[in-house]
Amino acid sequence: MAGGIRTMVRLGILCALATVGQSGGDGARAQTLTVASSAPVTSIDPHYHTLSPNISLHGHIYDRLIHRNAKGEMEPGLAVSWKLIDDTTWELKLRSATFHNGAPFTAEDVVYSLDRVPKVKNSPASFQIYTRAVTSTTIVDPHTILLKTDGPYPLLPQDVSQVFILSRGLGAEPLTEDFNSGKNAIGTGAYRFVSYRPGEKTELERHDGYWGPKPAWDKVSYRVISNDAARTAALLAGDVGIIEFVPPTDLPKLRTDPRVTLSEVVSNRSIYLWLDHSRDGATPHVTGPYGEVLAKNPLKDLRVRQALSIAINRPGIVERVMENAAIPTAQYLPATSSSHVPELVPPKYDLDRAKALLAEAGYPNGLRVTLHGPNDRYVNDAKIIQAVAQMWQRIGVQTTVEGLPWNTFVARAGKQEFSIFLLGWGVSTGEGTNPLRAQIATWNPTRGLGTANRGRYSNPAVDALLDQAMTTMDTAARDVLVRKTTKLAMDDVPVIMLHLQKNIWATRKGLTYEARVDEETQAMAVRSEK
Amino acid sequence: MFTWMVRRLFQACFVVLAMTVIVFVGVHVIGNPVDILISPEADQAERARIIANLGLDQPLWRQYLYFLNDAVHGNLGRSFVFNEPALKLIGGRMPATLELAVTAVLFSICFGVPLGLYAGLKPDSFFGRTVMAGSILGFSLPSFWVGLMLIMVFAVQLGWLPSTGRGQTEVLFGIHWSFLTWDGLRHMFMPALNLSLFNISLVLRLTRAGVRETLPMDYIKFARAKGLSPARVIFVHVLKNIMIPVVTVVGLELGSTIAFAVVTESVFAWPGMGKLIIDSINVLDRPVIVAYLMMIVLLFITINLVVDILYTVLDPRVRLETKA
Amino acid sequence: MTDPSHAVAADAPVLPKEETPFRRFVSEFAESKLALVGLAVFSVIALLAIFASWITPQNPYDLAQLDIMDGRLPPGSKSLSGYTFILGTDDQGRDMFSGMLFGLRISLSVGVGSALFAAVVGTTLGLLAAFFGRRVDTVIMRLVDLQLSFPSILVALMILAVLGKGVMNVMLALVMVEWAYYARTVRATAMVERRREYIEAAQCLALPWRRIMFRHLLPNCLPPLIVVATQQVARAIALEATLSFLGLGVPITEPSLGLLIANGYQYMLSGKYWISFYPGLALLVTIVSINLVGDQLRDVLNPRLKK
Repeated sequence: MAGGIRTMVRLGILCALATVGQSGGDGARAQTLTVASSAPVTSIDPHYHTLSPNISLHGHIYDRLIHRNAKGEMEPGLAVSWKLIDDTTWELKLRSATFHNGAPFTAEDVVYSLDRVPKVKNSPASFQIYTRAVTSTTIVDPHTILLKTDGPYPLLPQDVSQVFILSRGLGAEPLTEDFNSGKNAIGTGAYRFVSYRPGEKTELERHDGYWGPKPAWDKVSYRVISNDAARTAALLAGDVGIIEFVPPTDLPKLRTDPRVTLSEVVSNRSIYLWLDHSRDGATPHVTGPYGEVLAKNPLKDLRVRQALSIAINRPGIVERVMENAAIPTAQYLPATSSSHVPELVPPKYDLDRAKALLAEAGYPNGLRVTLHGPNDRYVNDAKIIQAVAQMWQRIGVQTTVEGLPWNTFVARAGKQEFSIFLLGWGVSTGEGTNPLRAQIATWNPTRGLGTANRGRYSNPAVDALLDQAMTTMDTAARDVLVRKTTKLAMDDVPVIMLHLQKNIWATRKGLTYEARVDEETQAMAVRSEK
Repeated sequence: MFTWMVRRLFQACFVVLAMTVIVFVGVHVIGNPVDILISPEADQAERARIIANLGLDQPLWRQYLYFLNDAVHGNLGRSFVFNEPALKLIGGRMPATLELAVTAVLFSICFGVPLGLYAGLKPDSFFGRTVMAGSILGFSLPSFWVGLMLIMVFAVQLGWLPSTGRGQTEVLFGIHWSFLTWDGLRHMFMPALNLSLFNISLVLRLTRAGVRETLPMDYIKFARAKGLSPARVIFVHVLKNIMIPVVTVVGLELGSTIAFAVVTESVFAWPGMGKLIIDSINVLDRPVIVAYLMMIVLLFITINLVVDILYTVLDPRVRLETKA
Repeated sequence: MTDPSHAVAADAPVLPKEETPFRRFVSEFAESKLALVGLAVFSVIALLAIFASWITPQNPYDLAQLDIMDGRLPPGSKSLSGYTFILGTDDQGRDMFSGMLFGLRISLSVGVGSALFAAVVGTTLGLLAAFFGRRVDTVIMRLVDLQLSFPSILVALMILAVLGKGVMNVMLALVMVEWAYYARTVRATAMVERRREYIEAAQCLALPWRRIMFRHLLPNCLPPLIVVATQQVARAIALEATLSFLGLGVPITEPSLGLLIANGYQYMLSGKYWISFYPGLALLVTIVSINLVGDQLRDVLNPRLKK
C-alpha cells in the first residue's frame, strides 16, 4: 500500500513537471506539447477519409510530395522540385528521406501510394479525387518520377500536395485497422506514431531521422476536445499548450488574457447563402408577402438577388456574431490568393437601394421566405442565418429561419428542397478554379463539374471561360483568366457571399504558432520563445 | 423455471430484433451517411462509387438481411466513420465508461450512506433537514448544468482540477485505465461526482428511510437494552439491515448510470461509449448506433434476468411462474 | 433512472383507505411550509409562462424585433432604441428576460403536455390491465416492465435518433418514457379497488365496462396518479432540457430553457454568465418547486408514511 502511495506521489510530481515542460519553462526535461484539436481523428490510415482533423494529424506522421507553408504556398516536401515537361507530363525530383522503420524513401513508394489510394476498402471519402488525374507513372531513377495526365491538367501539383506517401513495405492492401494499431503507421514525417485512442488522443514522438528541421517537441499528445468552451477552458487551465478553432465567443476575453497568445489569419473558408436557380416556376420557400404562390422564381431575377445581398449588414455580422473572427467578402478567396479579384468588394449595406431594387423587380411589398441552414456545422451557422433574417425583415422580406442538424440538412439540401440556405466552402487548393469548378460551373455529372453546385446555377459564359482557364498551362495567364471568370460569375450573384472565416489558434504565453490558411494544426510549427 | 427462462430469452430476442428494424428504418429516413462523410470536393461519380462501396445502394430490406446474416456470425458491421468493426470500437470505449460509472456508484455509497445515516438518526436537526433539502436538489438539478458549474468553479476559477478529458492512463490486463494514475484520478473526480449526484441523493434517501424504519424495531430496542454502545447498534445492527436494499438498488442503478454517462461524457469530453453514440447519431454511423443499442439492450435484459433469478433463489416466496 | 420515491415505496402500492376529504388534504399539505413555498413559486412561474406574451417587453421569436447590434449586452444595459434589458441580451440581441419566459413556456408545455398525454395513455392501459386481468394484464405489464428496465435517457435517445429532432418528437419521446410509470401505479391501485363492493355492485347492475372503468374505478385511483404526475412533469422538464443540451431536442429558433443554457454555455467562460445562468436558475427553481410539491403530495397521499 505504501508503495502504491509512493508511486502515486511520484506520478503526481511527474505530471507537475510535465505541465512545466509544456509551458516551455524547463529546458532540460523531455518537452511534451499537448495539442487540443476540435474534432476527433477517425483513423490513422492517411488514405481512408479526406477529413480535416485526420489530415491535420497525418501531416505529423506522413509527408506529402509537395508541402504548403502557412500562407498556403506550395513548397518542397518529399519532392524537391516539380516541372512540366510537356502539356501532359510532370517530372518530380525526390529527396532522400527515411521511413520510421529505417527503409529509404524512393520513387517506388510514390507509385505504391498513388496506387493504393483508390483501393482503400470502405472509404467514405476517398483521396481518389486527388490521384485520378494521374493516368500513368514512370520511374526514371529512384529519385525521379514522371506523372502523366490525360489532357492538359495545370492543377496536378495542387492535387498531389494532398496525398500522403506510404512505404511500399506495407505490402498489398494494408488494412485500415493496422494503421490504427500502429503496425502500418509508418511514414517519413517529423513524428512517429506511439498510440491512438479513437475520440480521445493520439500520442507521437519525434522521428530523429527526419529530413526537415528538427521539431522543438520530443513528444506530442494530440487530444480531442470537441466542445468549444471546454477547449478554451483547457488552455486557460494549462492542460494544453495550443488549441485550434478558438471559438469566436471567447475571443474578446482571450485577446486581453495575459496567459494566452493568439494567432490568426483569414482562411480559404467562405460562408454564403445558396439561392435556388433550379426552378423557373415557384420555388418552395419563397412566396409573395401574403403567402401567395408566385408564378415565377424571384431568385432568378438578378435584382432580387442583389437586393437580398445589399440588405445584409456584413460588418454587423462579422462584428457581432463572429466577434471579428471573419472578414466580409464577395468572393471565395482572400486577398492572399492569386485568384483574388481586388475590385470585387462586398456591396455596401443600403436598405433604401435594396427596397428600390425589390420594387423594380416587381415586389414592392416584399416577399416571404424561409431561410434554411445547419446548426452544428460551421462557426455560428445558426446565429448567422438568424442575423440575416433580422436584416431582411427591414426591407420587407419576412423571413423565417429553420436551423437543422447537419445530418438532415445535407440530405434535404441534396434534394433541392430549400430555396435559400447557408453553406460554407473551404478551398483546399487555395486557388480559384476549385470553387468555380465545384460550385459555379453548370451541374454536369459526366464531366464532374458543378459537383457542389447545390443551387444549380448555370451561366454558359462562365462555363466557357472556365474551360479555357482549365486548359491553360501557363500559371500567370491562367490566373488572369480565373480572375476574369470569378468577376463575371460573382457579379451575377449566384450565391450571396457573407464572410471569410479566420483561422485562429491560441497558445499558452511563451509559445507561438504561425496561423495557417489551411486548417492544419502542426505541432512541429509550434515554437517556444526563449 | 426452464420454460420461463426460454420465454424470457425469446422475448429478449424479439426486443432486439424489433429495435434493429426501427433503427435501420429510422436512420434511413433521416439521411444518407455518405452525404455527411464524403469530401465536399468529390464529384457525382465518386459519390455513387462510395455509396455502392458501403452497400448503401441496395434496397433497405436487403441491407437489413445482410446485416442479420452478419450479425448471426457475430459481426455487427463496420463503422462508416472509423472503418473498424463496430463492436471493437465500442469495446475500446467501454473501459472509460465503466470506470466512470463504477466510481460514480462508489461515490454514491461513500457520500450517500453517511449522510443518510445522519439524516435518519437526527431527522429534526438542522443538518439533517439541510441534507434532505439538498437531496431534492440532487434529484432536481439537471446534471449537465451541474457539470458546467463544476468546470466553471473547479477548473476555470480555482484551477484545482483539469477541465475535461481523461488524463494519463495505465495498462492493466491490456486495457487502459485512468484510476491507476494520479493524473487520471484528477480527471475522473469531477465527471464521476457529476454522474453520482443523482445516486447520492437516492442512496441518501434510501438509507434515511431505512434507518427510520429500523430504529423502532424490537431487535434494535433489545440491542440497546442489552447495553450495547450506540455506535455498535448503529453500525452493526442498523446498517446491516439497511445495506441490503441499498446495495440492491445501487447495483440496479449501475445500468442507468452507464446510460446517463452520455450526458456527463458530453460535458466533460470523457471518451467513453456515451460520447461515441452521440457522435455516431450526428453522422448517422448506423453500424455503431445499432451495435451500441443492441449491446445496451442485451445488458439490461441480462441485468433484469439476473435480478429475477437471484430473487427466486434468495426468496422462495417469489414464484416466477406467476410473473411470467 | 429509477425514480427515488418508487425505489422506496414501489413494493407498497398506495392504498387510500377511504376518500380523503379535500379540506383535510389541504391542511395536511399545508403542514410543510417548504411545500407551500414550492407551490407558490410554481404558481408564479406558471403564470409568468402562460402570460409571457403580455408580460415580456419583446417577442423573442419575432426576428423583426431583434437587432443583432444589441447582442450580448450585460444585464441593465440600454438598447439602441432606449429599452433597458433587465437580464441582458443573448447573442441574437434577444432580451434574456423575454427569451427566458418564452423558453419557460416551451419547457413547461413540453413537460406538462407530455406528462398529461402519457398520463392518458398510461392510465388507460393500467386500468385495462387491472380491469380485464389475464392476457391483457400480462401483455401490458410485460411492456411496462420492458419499458421501465431501460433508463429514460436511453429510450429518449433511441427515439430521437430514429425520428430526428423537433418539439413533437421530443414530446413523443417523453411520452414513451413516461407512460409506463402511470400504467404501473394505476394498475396497482386499481387491482385493489376492483375487488371492492362498489365495483362488484356496479358490475351486478350490468353497467358498461367503460363506465365502470372511468366513472367508478378511475376516481379512486386519482391520488397516487396525481403524485406520479407531479414527479413526471419535473422529470420531463429536466429530460427535455438535457436532450436539448445534447443537441437532440427542440429547434434553435424557439429555444427552451435547456437550449438557452446550451447556447449560453459557450459564453460562460468569456464572462458573459447571464446568457446561461438565468435560464439555468429558472430551470432549477421550476424543477425544485415542482419536486417540493410532489414530495409533500406523496407524503400526504401515502397512508403508509402517516404516523
